[in-house]
Amino acid sequence: MNYLEVNDLTVTYRTQGGPLPAVRGVDLTVEPGSKLGIAGESGCGKSTVALALLRLLPKSAVLGGRVLLDGEDVLTMKWGRLRAVRWAGASIVFQGAMHALNAVHRIGDQIAEPILLHGGVTRAEAARRAGELLEQVGLPAARAAAYPHELSGGQRQRVMIAMALACEPRLIVADEPTTALDVMIQAQILRLIDRLIGDHGISMVMISHDLSVLADTCDRLAVMYAGRVVEEGPAAEVFAAPRHPYGQALGAAFPRIGDPASRRNPRGLPGDPPDPAALPSGCSFRPRCGVAEERCAHVDPTLWPAGPGRRAACVRVLDGTVEAPAARTAPETAVEETR
Amino acid sequence: MTGTQAPVTAAAGSAPDRGGEGRPGRGKALRYIAGRLLTSLLSLVAVMFTAFFLFRILPGDPVRAMTEGRSVSVEQMEELRRQFGLDKPLPQQFVDYCLGLLRFDLGVSYQYRVPVVELIADRLWPTVLLSGTGTLLAALLGLWLGTRSAWRRGSVSDRVNSGVALTLWSVPTFWFGLILIVLLASGADLFPTGGMMTPGTTGAVAVTLDVAHHMVLPVATMVAVLYAQYLMIMRSSLLDEMGGDYLVTARAKGLRDALVLRRHAVPNALLPAVTLIFLNIGLVASGAILVETVFSWPGLGTLFYEALSVPDLPLVQALFIFFSAAVILMNLVADLVYPLLDPRVRS
Amino acid sequence: MSTTEPAATPEPRPAPRSPGPVDGPEGATASPRRLARQRRRRALARFWRDYRANRAGLFGLAGLALFVLVALAAPWLVQPADLSVTRAPGLPYQPPSLDYPLGTDNFGRSVLDLVIWGSRVSLLVGFLATLVSVTLGALIGIIAGHFGGATGTVLMRVTDWFLVLPTLVLAIALATVLSRSVFTIILAIGVTAWPTTARLVRAQTLAVEARPYIERARALGGGHLHIMMRHVLPNVMPLVLAQTTLLVASSIIMESTLAFLGLGDPTTVSWGGVLQDARNAGAVSSGVWWYLLPPGLAIALVALSFTLCGRALEGVLNPRLRDRS
Repeated sequence: MNYLEVNDLTVTYRTQGGPLPAVRGVDLTVEPGSKLGIAGESGCGKSTVALALLRLLPKSAVLGGRVLLDGEDVLTMKWGRLRAVRWAGASIVFQGAMHALNAVHRIGDQIAEPILLHGGVTRAEAARRAGELLEQVGLPAARAAAYPHELSGGQRQRVMIAMALACEPRLIVADEPTTALDVMIQAQILRLIDRLIGDHGISMVMISHDLSVLADTCDRLAVMYAGRVVEEGPAAEVFAAPRHPYGQALGAAFPRIGDPASRRNPRGLPGDPPDPAALPSGCSFRPRCGVAEERCAHVDPTLWPAGPGRRAACVRVLDGTVEAPAARTAPETAVEETR
Repeated sequence: MTGTQAPVTAAAGSAPDRGGEGRPGRGKALRYIAGRLLTSLLSLVAVMFTAFFLFRILPGDPVRAMTEGRSVSVEQMEELRRQFGLDKPLPQQFVDYCLGLLRFDLGVSYQYRVPVVELIADRLWPTVLLSGTGTLLAALLGLWLGTRSAWRRGSVSDRVNSGVALTLWSVPTFWFGLILIVLLASGADLFPTGGMMTPGTTGAVAVTLDVAHHMVLPVATMVAVLYAQYLMIMRSSLLDEMGGDYLVTARAKGLRDALVLRRHAVPNALLPAVTLIFLNIGLVASGAILVETVFSWPGLGTLFYEALSVPDLPLVQALFIFFSAAVILMNLVADLVYPLLDPRVRS
Repeated sequence: MSTTEPAATPEPRPAPRSPGPVDGPEGATASPRRLARQRRRRALARFWRDYRANRAGLFGLAGLALFVLVALAAPWLVQPADLSVTRAPGLPYQPPSLDYPLGTDNFGRSVLDLVIWGSRVSLLVGFLATLVSVTLGALIGIIAGHFGGATGTVLMRVTDWFLVLPTLVLAIALATVLSRSVFTIILAIGVTAWPTTARLVRAQTLAVEARPYIERARALGGGHLHIMMRHVLPNVMPLVLAQTTLLVASSIIMESTLAFLGLGDPTTVSWGGVLQDARNAGAVSSGVWWYLLPPGLAIALVALSFTLCGRALEGVLNPRLRDRS
């Protein structure tokens, strides 16, 4: 059975200017021990999906669909049960650990906090566990007494990871875990996550704008655009031979790390992501699509099978007219290039 | 701080020496303290200059100002000038004044004919008692209501809270006190109209109760006028924190909302709030003058008011220096306490 | 930008939206003056739309208008002769009646007349003291922010130091040593209330001067005065306006406080002065509430009106604050 199963998830923000659809029907599945990557530009709804998995969105967000975590629907859980599931069932590694950690508490206390809350252990035991976790992520246990600002960016992200492991969850959601870090540290953190996830047999959902990072780390890959998954399949294949024009553009982007422009606008892709309050008719990618046709204005494509284990939301996929571009370099070497 | 977790990490110190980097050096801390002390000292010197300018130079002839409206002969005025040292040239006066200050000699009251330092010492404790109680209660009330307001921003209780606070803030202190007296003291006869003690009360318990009874209305007045400021500070400080990512982390960990607020949001929001509260302590001096005047509380405020109406310039000058010095001292305390509260500033 | 006058035209949200200098090709042909006027009108319309959304701000504005009207109309509403202590029209301590809607004071004067007449001094002092302190604060703030360096440091030291002094104590001290007059009160309040404005203006000046067009103005040979008056001041003005409104509220409270302490001009009628008279006449212990209540309520209402306006203005002009109210 899948550990995480998301069915037709919708997230709509209530605003003064009317409802704002941020996520418009997303299906995802994560098998035990497997790793799913979600890629997309800023504002495509991928972080919203991450927060929706544990119902962490602000009150103005209205959620629909189902989020089954180990068979239980998170969206209809009672508050008490939800609090018990949070962190113990699934934990999150947030982007920007500087802000995700509380500046006025020692990191040891912050790691021990969920252990105390969910584990029913003594303070001393929780503190010992926190020290162990720090050592697992490559920090001396004595650093537990440090405050977040006394650590470097990479060290803080390690603390975040230690914290995510604290309650031995079966799923970790990593939301842009390496975005704020420089390239060398990024690689270290990715390897660390990879190792720990493997050691503990944890499933993972990793979210990033960087397709190459995801292809390197994950088993399966979902590409999101304007609140929907537009392409999905085995990571290496989606990266090497994307079927959806957006997947192709995103793959071609090779965003330069640390360059905000490349994050917002993959190279070769004109225009901005659509305003969720005023989505174009038909295919929402149409205005930016290089191969858009007349019928794209009328058909709003959903995910169609596009080869074994693959799906894509493009009319050309349905026709079979789409041809995968010549297979590009394998992900591993591609990642080397960006480094 | 409320809700700050006790450090659970004490037991985790398996490798005591490795985590030591990034701690502030002792020398650095000493330099910080020395710097703050120096700044305060400079401020005090500036107060000294201002006081001299205000009370010796600005009035032209201080003796004439003090005796205005009274029948005082030219000889008596000469005598007064000699007594206050005003017959000497200004530079000489200034030197005498500075030397006097160094010996805590602030001159002799024109009205009481005793050293003003004695008068101040006599009246100091009632003021400390009243203002201390008032400030403490106002700060607690303001911080508590401000926290509630921010947490439920836009709710009815937030709007009522903010509205009441703003209204009370707009009300002049002295008038609020007068109305309380009319309603609850001279009207309903629940509380005394003024003073600090019923004459003839004896016994520690009886005296304490009597003083507390006398304190209710003045403290209520002070709190009513002061707490709004604290409420607004805490409210906006907490609202600044509300968007913080670390609060999402806290909720993701499965903490209930009350704990997220108490353990995570409030300690962060308190830091700027506490600083501003200390910086606003100058309000307390002003509040004390008015509240004491209205309730005839035998403290420095009443002394100040009495000195004004004479005007007893040496006493006014001494109290001016005293009130200013108190504020400077409070600011120094804030500067020294803040690093203890905020780990970010500590290093 | 050269057409933007340093007048107090509120141009909201200087930073994010306003397009900066209006020149370039179309500006050169389509009369920059008219363009600027249009832009200012649009900005004003947008400003009013934002302000109108704040209900408390509208209440404040209404209250403020009411009090200003009353103060202006006072000579027609009240016979100055009725305010004479010796030839008062009524009997002492009359409770409210049809003849005297708010009763009479210890001399037999109508309390309503006193409150109406008192609004003149209270508002006058409130406005003028604010004018003094805002002018002083804006001047010092701009100079400190523009020149920086030693000048700026010294000015900010002085400001910080004034900020520390207990305002009321300093104002009382000034009012004590100078002769009793409305002018003294204005001076005492104005001289003590400027430091907050100075800090605000300095911060804003620094922010404005970091923008590229200031650099360009400087490169084009704009002198210090030109840059301060033509570029910095118009951008700083809106926030100063909000600050001013808030300051009027505290100035009015301060005026009444000084008058209550007996430091006001004994020959004029002001709200604080009326309360002092009431207290001295024993209205507190004899429970003559109609003598005490109206002047205090008037002070509170005026102060509240100004505060509400100021906060609404602040909210409109500083979008970061808007989400909070």
